[in-house]
Amino acid sequence: MTGTRKLSVTGNWKARTLTTALMSFHLILFLSFGAVCVGGTVNLLAQRHPINSALSLIAVMAALAGEYLLLGAEFVAAVQLIVYAGAVMVLFVFVIMLLNAGEEEETKGSRVAILIGVPGTLISSVLMAWVVLRHSGTEAVAIGALPGHPVDIAQLLFHDFLLPFEITSVLILIAIMGAVVLASKPGSAAGKVE
Amino acid sequence: MVPLSYYLLLGGFLFACGVGGFLIKRNIITIFMSIELMLNGVNLSFVAFAAHWHALAGQIFVFFVMVVAAAESAVGLAIIIAVYRTRETLNVDQVNLLKL
Amino acid sequence: MVVGIFILVSVIKSMIVLLVLLTAVAYTVWLERKVVGRMQNRWGPTRVGPFGLLQPAADGLKFLFKEDLTPPHVYKPLFLAAPMMAVIFALTSISVIPFGNSIPMFGYRIPLQITDVNIGLLLILGVTSMGVYGVALAGWSSNNKYSLLGGLRASAQMVSYEIALGLSLVGVLIQSGSFSLRDIVDAQGGRFFYVIPRWNIFHGQFIGFFIYLMAAYAETNRIPFDLPEAETELVAGYHTEYSSMKFAMFFMAEYANMITVACLATLLFFGGWHGPLAGPPLMRALLPVAWFAAKVFCFLFLYIWVRGTLPRFRYDQLMSFGWKFLLPLAIANLIATAIAVAW
Repeated sequence: MTGTRKLSVTGNWKARTLTTALMSFHLILFLSFGAVCVGGTVNLLAQRHPINSALSLIAVMAALAGEYLLLGAEFVAAVQLIVYAGAVMVLFVFVIMLLNAGEEEETKGSRVAILIGVPGTLISSVLMAWVVLRHSGTEAVAIGALPGHPVDIAQLLFHDFLLPFEITSVLILIAIMGAVVLASKPGSAAGKVE
Repeated sequence: MVPLSYYLLLGGFLFACGVGGFLIKRNIITIFMSIELMLNGVNLSFVAFAAHWHALAGQIFVFFVMVVAAAESAVGLAIIIAVYRTRETLNVDQVNLLKL
Repeated sequence: MVVGIFILVSVIKSMIVLLVLLTAVAYTVWLERKVVGRMQNRWGPTRVGPFGLLQPAADGLKFLFKEDLTPPHVYKPLFLAAPMMAVIFALTSISVIPFGNSIPMFGYRIPLQITDVNIGLLLILGVTSMGVYGVALAGWSSNNKYSLLGGLRASAQMVSYEIALGLSLVGVLIQSGSFSLRDIVDAQGGRFFYVIPRWNIFHGQFIGFFIYLMAAYAETNRIPFDLPEAETELVAGYHTEYSSMKFAMFFMAEYANMITVACLATLLFFGGWHGPLAGPPLMRALLPVAWFAAKVFCFLFLYIWVRGTLPRFRYDQLMSFGWKFLLPLAIANLIATAIAVAW
């Protein structure tokens, strides 16, 4: 933030209160973005109409972009907004609109799934939380811990990770061709398979 | 200073809910969205660890995960459209036979 | 203490910028009606106030008093949320746009920008990508085949031209070396041969500017790319079922997007606030803002001029133009710029 000076935590009570204020400000921001993430996730599972689930997922992605900013990954946060929330989810919303997806009906299969699925999710998340907490000490990340400037990321991406980068471009090309062929109407120009 | 485990717990919660949604929901599109949720949880863990170990490669890997997720969602949604055209339904319970 | 001052200054700046932006939106509508009227050899609004200058106020009052109708067959939550989303995303991108250099006040230097983010340009692109939702969800929630078609067409058009928009900006980025809008404008100071200013349009981004202009016209759904909302085509497209305040919100969002695009064009291609300076220090701090406003006004006039002159594209012509002409041209521009800079 412009305007904040570097402070050392020695003796000076004003400096200490400012530092604790900044530290808890980080915690407050983390908890608010985290609350939006958790709320959006629970809403995604609770809603019956897929368009509501899609909108909750968009909220989750926007909150995750905020979390990435807290960790200093500014380029990743911007790309998350542009690609994930602005392109992939638009695709989902398009398909829901085109196929006129209605609300989910309750069938026998869905009741069985809920009976087994909800406890299963709870057990797996508790297990994961237990493993994480058991193996973590007091390590903490500062606000903006690893600044992911576009310059540094480009340096890594185009030197050390050039081969995966080029392969992903081929992957996208294959995905475009596959999507065009699969979604086209049979008998149209793209749908004819020789 | 937020403990690293908080970020990992959040990422883990997103992943677990993604798995749960994948198993519970009956609409193909919602199942697909749960897959995207799983990928997002994993991305958060990547960025958190990158910040902890000061390794920028963690953030680079997030790009590749995003690219793969975008490609996979494009092809997957095309498949969903094709399935809808033949079966006239989006409920996975009714798409359980190879015969139409 | 310093954090508190920063927050207070940011809040005051946000309020001022929002006020100015909303007034500019209202008077852009007035400007459009006057200019298009003159081009069609008629007066435009003249009755309400001198030169019709109080027309926007009259329009605002009219919208407030109109009956706010919610048809019974719509999907209510999204019907109410879609115009809100459109306005929120349209007004958010103004927060990273710099209007001038810093002003010295009460001992602090206050930069004339709500916040200078390292990735300002990417944030504007991200917010533009999210702006598609307002249109798409408005069309779908209206439960009306004209609205659905209009909404789908508008969002497909916006998503297609976003790519050309982004690629046209990468040429500017390669030359400036930074995503921060303030750094991009600072790199355009000075002159060539003491006469030609060092703006990006004279510095090799001529084709990039035209790609940006065409992509931006398509992004903001303006003529010649405004088929999805044309009155003579799909009834009224995605805002058929909206009345009164919600319709006014879509209107505001469209004009706010126009103003953002005009601001970006001046910042990236026309040197932002650089211009001849003269006078005492306070005037030297405020004159750049006047230059910025003058350039933005020229771009708004260009928008309205094009609206009064050109016919609109058919939808398939529009899509093939975006994918088959603009995108390869933008990539070629990118390659040429990269080679020129690397040399």
